[in-house]
Parts: sequence; structure tokens; C-alpha cells
Amino acid sequence: MSDTAAGLNPADARNAARDVRRRKLQAFLFVTPLLVFIIFAFVAPIATMLYRSVHNPTVANLVPETLAALDDWSGNAVPDDAVLIQFATDMKRMANDRTSGQLADEINRALPGMSSVVKSTARSLRRVDDAEISANGATLLLEANDRWSDPTTWHALKAAGQVYSSSYYLTSVDLERTADGGIAQRDTQIYVKLYTKTLRMALTITVLTIVLGYPLAFFMAHASDGLANFLMVFVLLPFWTSLLVRTTAWIALLQTNGVVNSSLMALGITDEPIEMLYTQFSTIIAMTHILLPFMVLPLYAVMRGIDSSYMRAAISMGSRPLGAWYKIYLPMSLPGLSAGALLVFIISVGYYITPALVGGTDGQMISNIIAFHMQQSNNWELAAALGSLLLILILLLYWLFDRFVGTDNLKLG
Amino acid sequence: MKRFPEYYTIWNIAGHYGLRIFALLVLIFLMLPILVIMPLSFNSEPFFTFTEGMLALDAEAYSLRWYQEVVDDDKWRLAIRNSFVVGIAAALIATVLGTLAAVGLASPWMPYKRFITALLLSPMIVPLIIIAAGMFFFYTRFNLVGTFAGLIIAHAALGVPFVIITVTATLSGFDRSLFVAGLSLGAGPFKVFWDVVIPLIRPGVISGGLFAFVTSFDEVVLVLFLAGPEQRTIPRQMFSGLREQINPTILAVATLLVVLSAALLFTLEALRRRSVRLSGSA
Amino acid sequence: MKMHLTLLATLALTASPLVAQDLTVTSFGGAYGAAQKEHMIDPFVAETGTNILFEDYGGGVAEMKAQVEAGNVQWDVVDVEVIDLERACAEGYLEVIDQSTLPDGDDGTPAAEDFIPEALANECGVGNIVWSIVFAVNTENGPGPQTIAEFFDKDAFPGKRGLRKRPQVNMEWALIADGVAPEDVYETLSTDEGQARAFAKLDTIKDDIVWYDSWSQAPVLLNDGGAQMVQSANGRIYAAIKDDGAPFSIVWDSHVYDLDVWAIMKGTPHKEKAMEFIQFATRTVPLSGMQDVAYGPTRRSAQALLPEDVKQDLPTAHLDEGLKADGIFWADYGESLGEKFNEWLLQ
Repeated sequence: MSDTAAGLNPADARNAARDVRRRKLQAFLFVTPLLVFIIFAFVAPIATMLYRSVHNPTVANLVPETLAALDDWSGNAVPDDAVLIQFATDMKRMANDRTSGQLADEINRALPGMSSVVKSTARSLRRVDDAEISANGATLLLEANDRWSDPTTWHALKAAGQVYSSSYYLTSVDLERTADGGIAQRDTQIYVKLYTKTLRMALTITVLTIVLGYPLAFFMAHASDGLANFLMVFVLLPFWTSLLVRTTAWIALLQTNGVVNSSLMALGITDEPIEMLYTQFSTIIAMTHILLPFMVLPLYAVMRGIDSSYMRAAISMGSRPLGAWYKIYLPMSLPGLSAGALLVFIISVGYYITPALVGGTDGQMISNIIAFHMQQSNNWELAAALGSLLLILILLLYWLFDRFVGTDNLKLG
Repeated sequence: MKRFPEYYTIWNIAGHYGLRIFALLVLIFLMLPILVIMPLSFNSEPFFTFTEGMLALDAEAYSLRWYQEVVDDDKWRLAIRNSFVVGIAAALIATVLGTLAAVGLASPWMPYKRFITALLLSPMIVPLIIIAAGMFFFYTRFNLVGTFAGLIIAHAALGVPFVIITVTATLSGFDRSLFVAGLSLGAGPFKVFWDVVIPLIRPGVISGGLFAFVTSFDEVVLVLFLAGPEQRTIPRQMFSGLREQINPTILAVATLLVVLSAALLFTLEALRRRSVRLSGSA
Repeated sequence: MKMHLTLLATLALTASPLVAQDLTVTSFGGAYGAAQKEHMIDPFVAETGTNILFEDYGGGVAEMKAQVEAGNVQWDVVDVEVIDLERACAEGYLEVIDQSTLPDGDDGTPAAEDFIPEALANECGVGNIVWSIVFAVNTENGPGPQTIAEFFDKDAFPGKRGLRKRPQVNMEWALIADGVAPEDVYETLSTDEGQARAFAKLDTIKDDIVWYDSWSQAPVLLNDGGAQMVQSANGRIYAAIKDDGAPFSIVWDSHVYDLDVWAIMKGTPHKEKAMEFIQFATRTVPLSGMQDVAYGPTRRSAQALLPEDVKQDLPTAHLDEGLKADGIFWADYGESLGEKFNEWLLQ
């Protein structure tokens, strides 16, 4: 290989540059198949979710002409007849296409109670013939339900008709846009609280894994090879065991008549079973158990490389063990500690399964509410906005992790 | 009685034993939940708890009926089959693509290495619920939701980081001059890769593949969002069992899974030792 | 290694030769699912040789929406609560069913007269059962509360109360317990004051509530001591009493009753087979089999087949004590109340 010595002639330099380019390309070609795969299978889905959180064309696609007609509306009174007739025509079409329910759903989100108004209006216009609608559509609409004479209804329709909107992000931080364009607190204050609670729980779990994991890793790291390998099995087996198996185990342990309660009662510690399952307590303890190996493994890897004679030297010179540990050992074990802590924290912030199964109401985290909006309330845009905020939080942590620990320091087993 | 250095005070000695006892307790905390479910799965009653008969070691109180139920139940059989099919297919994709990429990333000439590594490892960091929602939105456009193909692609993406990490770790002990030597002897890079690199990093590749398999085998959030009834996997079946009808069938499955993970663990450990022996470093 | 994996894959693929399914039927599982399997699914399979995958779900329209919007319909026939039917049908997730093709009752009554009117009220579904949400008490420690007001009185009746984690029915009960007349419940609930009143009433027992997610958990909670009294679908409690001899009693005061219907997913490739199944399942004899779980059949000819003592355990014998669940109200307020309910839970 050519050395970049001082006396390189231009031809050599060109060759060398070409060589480097070729090698760069070669290396890149090895990575390309996976890169393409990950972009399709993973990056594009995430991008779609981010896009979805601001993009909702449902209403705009359903009633484009009504929305166009509403552009000139003053906003203070009922829109003029042309708009009403256009809307009546759209409603009739939707009633026959069975899409009025979608419109009902979207407007209802902005103005609860509108769902049945939209649907019953659509039903009443379904059989009216077109000539009648173009002549008397406005009257028919206003007669179908008196909420159509309320400007608030039309504001809601107009707002729902926006293809791009930041309203889902506002909702995810418990804010809303008022009629005059300002921003105000919503009546229901839920998501900020939930984010705070999620972070608090993740922090608690991280601290618990440190408290339990650090001494264990320390002990194992400075035990003999044979003992360390033997004990490692007890860390790795839970690590390799299915998450659902471990969650099942905690249900068996903590339920009302479960192993823990029966033991406590048999020992006479308590007369009545204690409610442990389906609480925040059970979520935290089960998650601590599940994530503990993620703390122990990086700590162990780092501590294994620390020469304990420094500690012994300090102690032999009269330092207290805790003092010696704090001054000498802790700084050396810090890379492992921060790797473990960030890993545990990042994973627990986004946890879904364990809170869903053992959390009851008390132990629900932000992931659970995202799943709720995906699977039960069908508010996919709000789910996407909540998810995007969570993603930003995680990426920030990941960036910190990469900066201070380095992703190449990740080791498994 | 262990002998301590003379400068140890009584507190040092107490600390020494205290640490041992604490470590032991933590290990018990780690293992106990997993050990507890095993005997419970042999319960002859439809309960999730130890019955008096079980505590008295009465043979009548134990039975294999829940294992029988797993074997007899169409849904469990379907789930077991699906878990293996999806897991193996996803692991193959992740292993092949991941190994190639890890070799590229290990090259000192790799451009944008830091960024690309972070990107390829990110499926491990992004919460599953976010991945699931995004994939649901995106895969819908390609009609991949509710198909085996969609689930396999999704699980392969999740397995990739593990393959990259394990293969990169073996590659770090790999002497690059072997690669260069192969090239200088006139072989193309892919031939060198196949004939020289692969045999040397095989333990890393296999353990990466196993990690990818286990990741898929254990995954349930993506299955909840992307799979239809015909793609139900074992964890999915357990999830609905835990939400709806808690009975010891789940414990029987759980016990089987613990045995499986123990087997995988020992395979991996054997591979690691082999790898250490081959590369001659710890 | 690849050799081994391929080998494993082949083994796994060949080891269980499961036949592809002709029809996927989705319902609520548990004792109810078992009764449907015995009286509807299994006889249909025996008669037609169709392979049926019988799935469970937890209700709601979300999964239907996901399948229809994803253009990948997995279910063919689905059991829908009328509380969700309005929305599912209006949003285009269900096929319109030609009700004129339903067979006559076994006694020869034409279908249109044999079915109770509510059963055919929506063009997307055919009524299957009349069921009810009641509360049940574990009587081992005394008879327990006998009215909804007493259910909310934790001083007189201490102990945990199991409720399903959703605003539906809980809000109605809170208002009735607080003195609102059953016929005014939904009107009151559509005002902010009424909602606040319901939450305030729920607040009084909040610390004693155990929340659960699916109906099958209700008898389990009552059985394992997790709760002294639970909200439940009446059939689940009935099955626990009848089959397992559980010491439970059903309280019919202010029960909230509703229908379930069979419906067909929009865009299913097996529409004809699905219709064939519904025609079969809603015949007189299969419907009368729902008495196993104390759900009232929706055909008069099927009601006539029931023994007198069983009739007393069906919701249809207690309609005057109950309240009809209002599907239109919940289509309107389900989402906003759901959010307020979640907020209230977090407080």
C-alpha cells in the first residue's frame, strides 16, 4: 500500500485518491443491501408516521367543494345558501356511498355530539332527488337539524377540512386552538401528565436497576472466572427468556391469591391479601426484573477490565472502602454505568407490553395510550403525534448515548 | 473461615459478606420468577397458584393436562408453527444482510460510518409501539399488513442491529490484513468475503442469527398491529391468553419457552468459547 | 448453519399440516364463545364441511377499520355489539345484509315476523342475542348490595368493585346511583354538568375499583377474591354459577341491555360463505342454544323452545328493571367521554 510520503508525485496522488474512492465504494456496496432494506422496512414507516401526525386529508377528500365554497365565508353567521346547497349535495352523495360515517367521525372529534347530527342529516337527504336539493338544499339542511344554523358547527367543519394541521400536536400537549386563532389549555389535561409519569417511572426503574445491578456486577466482576461464568448463567437465562414468560411469572407471583400473597399469609405477616397486581408497583417491579440484565451486562463488561488492586491499595493506605470506591472505582466503572442506565431508561420509556398486562390503570405509560388511540379510539393522527413526541425524546437520549458512550460500546451477552 | 488482610476492619469484613449476600439476593430475584412458573404448569387444577395438594407433594395434584391442551389446541399448534416460520425467515434475512453490512462497516474506508451505524442500529432503540404504528401506516400501502411477508420483513428489521453488533464484535478481533492479502492475490472482494472472512467470523454470524431469531420469536407488539389471525404467533397467543383467560396452558407454554431459551443460551455460550479459542483473545 | 435452519424450517412447515381456512368468524370468546362454537360453528362445520377459524376479539370498531382501510380484510363474519354497530355500518366497514334471505322460523313464521324488531333494525347485522350488563356479588360473605345505589355505597358494602375499564355503562350507573331516573340518563350525560356529576359519583368509590379489560376477567375476579362485586355480561356469571357452582348471585337492578348481531366484513372474499353461515347460525335451534349462557335468543320461535326456569335467567325477563344501551349516544360521545374518562383515571 502506498504511503503518503512527502514526495508523492501527482500521478501517484491521483492513483491513491482513486484507490481510496474505490475502497470507499467497495465498503459502501457491502452496506447497500441492508441500507435499502432498512430504509424500506423501517425508516419509511417512521417517516410515514411523522407525516401522518400533521396530515389528515379525510375531510378534504370527502367534501372538497363545500370546503372551497366555505373559503369566502365570513365566519360570523350561517354560511349563505350556495354553501348549504353544496353541502347538502355532498351529504346525499356520502349517504349513498356510505362515507358519511367518516365525516361524522372527524367532525365529532372537534365537536362532540356531531356524529349523530351528520349521520341523521345524511339519512334524511339520502332519498331526496337532485333537483329538489339544488332548489331547496339549504332549507332541507337547516330543517334536518338545527345545529346546522350554528356557526360553531361550520367552524368545526372548516377546521377538520384542513389537510395539514398542527392540532394533533397541540392536543398531545393538552392545548387547543380557540375560535379566534389563539392557543389555550384544553378541558381535559391528560397527556402532559402521562409523559411526566412515564419519565418518572422510567427513572425509578433505572435507579432500581442500578441499586440492584451495580453490586451484583461488582461481585461477579471480581469473583474467580469459574464462579463468574457460573453466576452469569443466572443473569443470562432471564435475559434470554421470553418477555411474556417473565410477565406471566409476575402475574402468578403477584395476583390476589398468588405465590407472594399466599406466602405472606402463611407466614402470618398479613391476614388479608395485599393488592399488588394491576398497579404501578407491579409494573415497576416486573420491568425492573426484565431490564436488570441490560444494566448488569454492560457494567460487568466494564468492571471486568478494572484492576481492583487500586482499590485494595487505597484501602490498605487507610481509606474507607466507600471512600475508595467513590474516588477510584466509580469513575472507572462510569462508562458501564452510563451505558446501562441510558439503555434501561430508553427501553423503559417506550415500554408497552408489561404495563399493558400488569399495569392496571395506575401503571399505564405513554405507549399504552398510543396503542389505545391506534386500536380503540381510532384516532390515528393523535396516536402519530403522541408517538412522534416520544420518538423525539428517545432520539435525544440516543444521541446523548452515542455522544457519551458510543454505540460501538454496545455488547450483548 | 476466609482470611482477610490485616488492615481490614470489622466493617470491611461486614461489607465483604454484605456484598455477597446482596448479590445472592439479586440473583434469586432474577431467577425465582422463572423457576416458580415451572411447577405451577403441572398443576392439575385450572389455577395459577400452588394448591395445598401441590405443597404436600401429592402426586394427584400434579398433571400434564395443560401440556396436553397445548398439543391438542389448533390455535397453539398454528401459533407454534408461525413463530418458527417467521422467526427463521426473519433471522435469515437479517443475518445475510446484516453480516454483509457489518463487514462493510468494519472497513476503515467506510464513508459516513457513524451516521449509518446509528441508523442501522436504530430499530433497537425506537420503541416498538412507534415502529408498529409506522409500519402499520406504511405497509398498508403495499398490502403487507396481515401477511407473512409483512411480518417477516418487520421482524427482520428488528433483528438487524443484533447481527451487526455481534458480527462487528467478532470482526474487531479479525486481522484485516487477511482481507487485504486476499485482494492482493487477485480475488474479488466478494470472493475474499466468502472464502476468507465468513469462515473466520462464523461464530459471530451464528450468534447474531440466533439473536435475530429470538428477537422475532419473542416479539409481540408488531404482531399485534401487523398480523392477522392466520399469522398468530406464540407470544401473541400468550398475550391474549393473559388478557382474557388466565389458565395454566400459558404456564405450560412458558415452561417450554424457558427450556428453549436455556438451550439457546448454552448454544451461544459454546459458540462464544469457540470464538475466543479461534481468535485467541478474550 | 443455514443447512440446519432450512432443515428446521422444513420440519416446522411439514410437522403440522393445517388446512387453509375457508371462513374466519370472530366473536368474544369465553363461555359465550363456547356456546357459539357448540350451537353454531360446529353444526355448520358438520353440515357443510367448511373450515372455520374461530377468533376472539374485545369488541369495538377499531380492528374492523384497520382491516378495511388497509385493504386486507381478515375476518369474514363478526359478532358486533349494537353499541358499535351504528358506527361500523355508517363508516362502511360492514356489508349490507339482504334480510329477505333469512330462513323462516322452525315453526313456519316468516323471518321478518319471527325476529324481534330490534334484531333487524340495522341493515348491516342480524340479531343474535339479547344480553345484559349486570353486577354480580360473591355471596360467601353475605348477600351484598341489591341495587346500583348500594353498589356505590362503600360504607354499607365495603370491598373491591370490579368494573370494565371504559366509560360505557359505568357512567350510566353512576348517574342512576346518584338519583337520575333511568329514562333521563342519556340526556343528562350529554351535558357537561351531567358528566361531571357522573365522575363525582364514581369518585366516591374510585379507591375501591378494580379495573379489567375483557368480560372473561369478571368471573375470575369474583372467584379469586380480587373483587367482592363485579360488573359483568350476565352470561359469564350465569355460566360460572351453573357450570362451576360458583357462589355468585346476579343483581338485575338497573342492568343495561343490548343486542349482539352477526355481521359481514366489507370486502371479504368469502361473502357468500359468510352469508350462508349467518343464515345457518340465526335459525331457530342454534339461537335457542344461547340459553347455555343465559342470553336471550332474538327469534320468537327460539324463545318458545326455552324451558320456563331458564327464561327467568334471561335479560328478556327483566327488561322493566333495565336500561337499553344507547348506541347513538355512544357513537356521539364515546370518544370525548373516553378521553375524559382516561383523564379521570389518571387523577
